[in-house]
This record gives sequence, C-alpha cells and structure tokens, in this order.
Amino acid sequence: MTVAALAFYLFAICVIAGGLFTVISRNPVHSVLWLILAFLSSAGLFVLLGAEFVAMLLIIVYVGAVAVLFLFVVMMLDVDFAELRGSMAQYMPLALLIGVILLMQLGLAFGVWETSEQAEALRAAVTPTDLQNTAALGVILYDDYFLLFQLAGLILLVAMVGAIVLTLRHRKDIKRQNVLEQMWRDPADAMELKDVKPGQGL
Amino acid sequence: MTDFFSTTNLGIFLLTLGQVLLVVVPLLVALAFLLYADRKIWAAVQLRRGPNVVGTFGLLQSFADFVKYIVKEIVYPAGADKPVFLLAPMVSLVMAVIAWAVIPFNDGWVVSDINVAILYVFAVSSLEVYGVIMGGWASNSKYPFLGSLRSAAQMISYEVSIGLIIIGIIISTGSMNFGDIVRAQDGAYGIFSWYWLPHFPMLFLFLISAMAETNRPPFDLPEAESELVAGYQVEYSSTPFLLFMIGEYVAIVLMCALVSVIFLGGWLSPIPGLPDGILWMLGKICFVFFIFAMVKAIAPRYRYDQLMRIGWKVFLPMSLGWVVLVAFFAKFELFGGAYARWAIGG
Repeated sequence: MTVAALAFYLFAICVIAGGLFTVISRNPVHSVLWLILAFLSSAGLFVLLGAEFVAMLLIIVYVGAVAVLFLFVVMMLDVDFAELRGSMAQYMPLALLIGVILLMQLGLAFGVWETSEQAEALRAAVTPTDLQNTAALGVILYDDYFLLFQLAGLILLVAMVGAIVLTLRHRKDIKRQNVLEQMWRDPADAMELKDVKPGQGL
Repeated sequence: MTDFFSTTNLGIFLLTLGQVLLVVVPLLVALAFLLYADRKIWAAVQLRRGPNVVGTFGLLQSFADFVKYIVKEIVYPAGADKPVFLLAPMVSLVMAVIAWAVIPFNDGWVVSDINVAILYVFAVSSLEVYGVIMGGWASNSKYPFLGSLRSAAQMISYEVSIGLIIIGIIISTGSMNFGDIVRAQDGAYGIFSWYWLPHFPMLFLFLISAMAETNRPPFDLPEAESELVAGYQVEYSSTPFLLFMIGEYVAIVLMCALVSVIFLGGWLSPIPGLPDGILWMLGKICFVFFIFAMVKAIAPRYRYDQLMRIGWKVFLPMSLGWVVLVAFFAKFELFGGAYARWAIGG
C-alpha cells in the first residue's frame, strides 16, 4: 500500500467518523468539534486529489470562520438538546423511510449513469496539465468566465447589503461614543488645575 | 543509499522525519532562550535585572521553569469537560508548530516546499483560535469563558487584515510559494529591493496585526490580568499550561519568521556582494522578535472597544485599499516594476 492510499483511508475514516459523531454526540459543542474534524479531513482528501487551493480555502473559510461562528452560537444558546432528542424516536421511522427512498433514488440515478464519448472532448474547461492548480483556477475564474464571476460577486454584495439593511437599526435613546471628538479633545479646555491651601478647601 | 532515501516509502518517511526534527528541536531550544531574552529586554526597559539566578546570567531560567511546570500536579476544575480541557493546549501547540513546515530557512531548506505555502500558514494560524475557545469553554468557569470569547473575536478580526496584506504580496510576486516570494525580493540594491520598501505601510499594519493575532501585548486582552485574571488560562496548571505558553511563543516566533520572509527578504543578505544564507534569516527573526519584545515593554494595553475599532474600521479599509493600489501598480508596472516581479519569482 502506498503512502497516498494510506493517507486516503486515514482521511476517509476521519471524515466518516467525524460526520457520525457530529450526529450522535450528546453535547452540541462536541458535535461542532467533530464537524471541524470532518472539515479538516476533507481538506486532506482535496490535497490528495491535487486540489491544494480548494483544500486551503476549505480550512480558511469553513474551519477558520464558519465553524467558529457555529461554536459561538452553540456555546451561547441555552437549548436543552436532550429534550429535543427525546422526541427523536417518534420521528425515526419517517426519517428512515425518507433516507432509504433517497438512497434508492441516488442508486438508480448513478447506477445507469453513462458518460457520453463526446462529453470528454466537449468540456469547456479542460484541466490543464502544464499549469499549477491555483493558476489554472485563476485563469478560469478571472480570464475565461470573468463576467460570471463578477455577477456572482454582485449577487453576494446585494445579499450582504440586504442583510445589513434588514438588521441595522439606529437607536436614538442611547449614548454613543464619537471617537474623533474624544481624540481631538484638548486637555486645556477639559480641566482646570487649582492650588488648594491646606484646611481651606475651594 | 541515495536511492533508499528518495524512492522507498520507509526512506522518504525517515528523511522527512529527520527534517522535521531538524526544524522542531532547534526551534524549541531556541525558544527557551528567546523567552529568556524577552524577559531580559522587558526587565532592562523597566530598569530591573530580570532572571539572573539560575545558571550564568540566569541563562538556564527557562529550563528551570520547564522542569517546574512538568513536575507539578494537573488540576481539573469541577465540572470541566476533561477530554476537551486536555485537547485545547495540545491543539494550541500543534497548530503553532506545524506551520513551520513551509518556512524556508535558506534557498531550498524547507521541510515541505508546497505551492500554496502562504495560504497554508494562514489556514493553520486561523486554526490556533480553537485552542483558546476550547480551553475557555472546557474549563467550565466564567472568566476563562469570557476571555476565550474575547480572544476568538480578536483573532478573527485581525486575520482579515493579515489576509489582505498577504494578498498584496501575492499580487506582487505572482506566486504563493515562500521560496518564490523571497527570490522575487532578490535585486541589485540589497536591502532596498526587499518588499518592505514598496509595501512600506503594510509592514507596520502586519506587525501590529501579528501582535493582535498572537495575543501579544499591547493586545493581550484575552489574558488581561487586571480584568480577567488570566483569561482562558485561569484554570490551567502544570503541563497543559506549559503547552499553552509554548504554543503562544512558537506562534509569535512564527509571525517573526513570516515578517522576515515576506517583508525582509528571508535568507537574502542586505548588502549586495555579501553571501546569502541561513544566518541572515535567523538574524532577521531575532530582530523582529526584539521589536515585539520592545513593544511589549513600551506600549500600554488597549481597551477592548479600541482594539476592535482599529481592526475593523482602520486596518480593514486601509489594507483593502492597498490591495487595489498594488493591483493597479502591478498591472501598469509603475515605479520601475517594483510591484510586478513575476519574471523573477514566478
């Protein structure tokens, strides 16, 4: 067995174990930690595929930012997860039924899947062999499909602006700090030094 | 013999293991003396003597501390989540150490010469926050929890500006490999060919962000002795505490190495004509560490809202604007192509 195969099985087992324990662990914080293990291991799988840029982005975006937010929310929320789990047995048969049906459908779909002989040749973006993975991604995103990339960015920007507009509210009844005003404040205007004689007071 | 190390699995494994040990062992030994240097510099600024009892000039102080930490008892707080409580310091140390795999000490002297090295360091340093969050949560105590929440918010905020500064460097070099980044700084003018000159404002932004990212004074709010006792480390004692502390210092030295590589030309010599080599790299790391230590001694601690304000309202717009500027300079090859060095590096 080569080192790559060994690494593949290690990462694959970690992904499956991470996913499994995310679902079955009793403590929600543990669930998020298992989820992080699953993310990290899938980044390892991406590296094995030769997609190192995607692997690093997966770690930076999902583990470094998204999972931290998950962890924050889960730590702060005061939800009794044990109680939620109590009613799980009741829905279990239905969930199992849906799961089995989905699995069968996927099996049927992929079981008869055949790639057309022309499909290989007709691909719009063929994986280049003479370029690094990162450079190839850059060429596709910023040269070949520049307009689509910009439009996707615009859609995200609109979504972000929308989220801010929906949640931002200016409260008039609270005091706010004006940092510039604080910084430009002159000590000579703000305080006065007095020479107080003993026993006399001001 | 050469065949054995370059073709067989066992040989490659042994070779890599040797390289890893060659980096990690000197790093940890050097760390003991850097810790000592840190305390000595701090003491000198405050007109104290610092550690001077153990060994000549107190040189062995760090080793004495090490033994002390090892032999003490590990105390678990009541109601602590034991596995996570012990996992947190390990995560903290491991994440700090594995980032060294891609740091080049000389031309080709690197454990793993990967294409996306700079992203790898960024990714690993973004994982360091988990040690802090897990430690604070698993302690089952109020102060550590508050400290870890603060710390996580702080580290995430400053990662954003570090990432944008790094993008400017990547645009200039046209590569994410550290070797390429250093080679792109190799020019006829020695020290003036390095990236600190074209990317001058970003050097300071990066230094400050690195201090905030590693919870180093003046941004040590997660620990903030006066408010939070010691933040996420309150409940830790003995070896787990030692792991946290080593992890923190390894991360600091890593940031020093990062500054040396991306702004100060790595292993290149500052004067044209002198030979390049590992000594320059080590000297630069020590120099940046000295700056870190001086800042710790001189600057007073920031207030938390000031810290967040600087991160989001000052550093983020500045570094974002700088990325646009650098892209413009690089595209039209202004300033004699100082921002467009793809021909040299990539």
